[in-house]
Amino acid sequence: MNIMDTEKVKTDIEKALGSVALKSIRSSLLIENAQDLPKVAKFLKEDAAYRLDYLSSVTASDFIEYLETVYHLYSMEKKTGPVTLRVRVPRTDPKIPSLVSLYRGAEFQERDNFDLFGIVYEGHPDLRRIMMWEGFEGFPMRKDYLQEDSETLESADVEWLEKNGVKVPEAAKAKAAELRQQGKRALAERRVEDKG
Amino acid sequence: MALAPNTSQVDDGLKNELAKKGIVVTTMNQLYNWGRRSSIWPMQFGLACCAIEMIATACARYDIARFGAELFRPSPRQADLMIVAGTVTKKMAPQVVRLYNQMAEPKYVITMGACSIAGGPFIDGYNVLRGIDRYIPVDVHLPGCPPRPEALLYGLMELQKKIDGQQIETAEWYQQGLKREYPIPEFGPHGLIPKFNPEVWQPRENDLRKERYGQPIMIGKKSKAPNLDVVAVAAAPRPAAPAPTPPPTPGIA
Repeated sequence: MNIMDTEKVKTDIEKALGSVALKSIRSSLLIENAQDLPKVAKFLKEDAAYRLDYLSSVTASDFIEYLETVYHLYSMEKKTGPVTLRVRVPRTDPKIPSLVSLYRGAEFQERDNFDLFGIVYEGHPDLRRIMMWEGFEGFPMRKDYLQEDSETLESADVEWLEKNGVKVPEAAKAKAAELRQQGKRALAERRVEDKG
Repeated sequence: MALAPNTSQVDDGLKNELAKKGIVVTTMNQLYNWGRRSSIWPMQFGLACCAIEMIATACARYDIARFGAELFRPSPRQADLMIVAGTVTKKMAPQVVRLYNQMAEPKYVITMGACSIAGGPFIDGYNVLRGIDRYIPVDVHLPGCPPRPEALLYGLMELQKKIDGQQIETAEWYQQGLKREYPIPEFGPHGLIPKFNPEVWQPRENDLRKERYGQPIMIGKKSKAPNLDVVAVAAAPRPAAPAPTPPPTPGIA
């Protein structure tokens, strides 16, 4: 497969769409305003020179300062690619326009990112959890996710066990009651790594 | 593990003489155990890569049929042995416990591989159960990642030894009114409820793993992460923005 020249792709998009702010990071293109994403993707999909008709992956990562989604586009028709697009959104308001209307295959991958990172893809037809169950709280792949301590029973566990006729040791019961009194959850210890 | 004691009054020398003539003198226990241990029917289910090794064990090269355990039953009602082959995720754990409950007595469990013993390499993950022995009793723990077919056969032989040591008068599965069923965990907001069943498993007082390695759930940036240019990210301007939207909550459409 031919590898696309990022600078050329950037110039072509800027020539065709004008107002789109792009920045090339190594061999990928950062779209600085998330709302421009559908425009850029539509151009790359429909322009005769590109015909990037296959969205290979939609992934996300948590960079603490922001959340990022990365798109890899290929062309089945011209056997070229990939063109890598990055979109960054603030953690407090992570909203990106959905690409499902352009690429049907984005549906499950956007749901996956919503499930694990909490990025909301606006315009997605069916945005709900795909891996974790309904009623799960939080987004486990975010760096600030608080993981439960699986060795310590909490009051919900004790209540459930007693409802099901299981004898709970007094020490575990006392610990759960203490946690409840303090209004705390039993959380796994975490070690903060230095920022490099 | 010792064999069930031979309580017959027949002299050993006489027994050997009779055996030469084709007459076998034995005890009820030994006969029962011989029959049971030579026809352990495993349940046909696999959860991850360990299942591939389990399949290899059942094929011609390793041939689990030599031990009478070749009939993998697709129904828990017909199975004696549950080989928990692979990673038990929190989403799968209730189903594994339910299958165990549905098996008929006597029933045995082999945990195959590091994941089903204690979570394996995924022990720090948010989605993997730290060992199926938190919810159901396990007879043989079989370490490896994954264990080779020889190891699975060894585990089966260990289970056979365990069966050989049982006596029908005292075996728990032969007592009246025994119902070995365990409550099926439910999905909670942060994981499974309960985290473990204290009748089956309890955390160790001294967790050596914690002592030696700490509990390293890493947060923060990795020092070797690629050096991507950091740009200021502002909230994207949206036409006619309504009232400030609340942060995303799970399950919203």
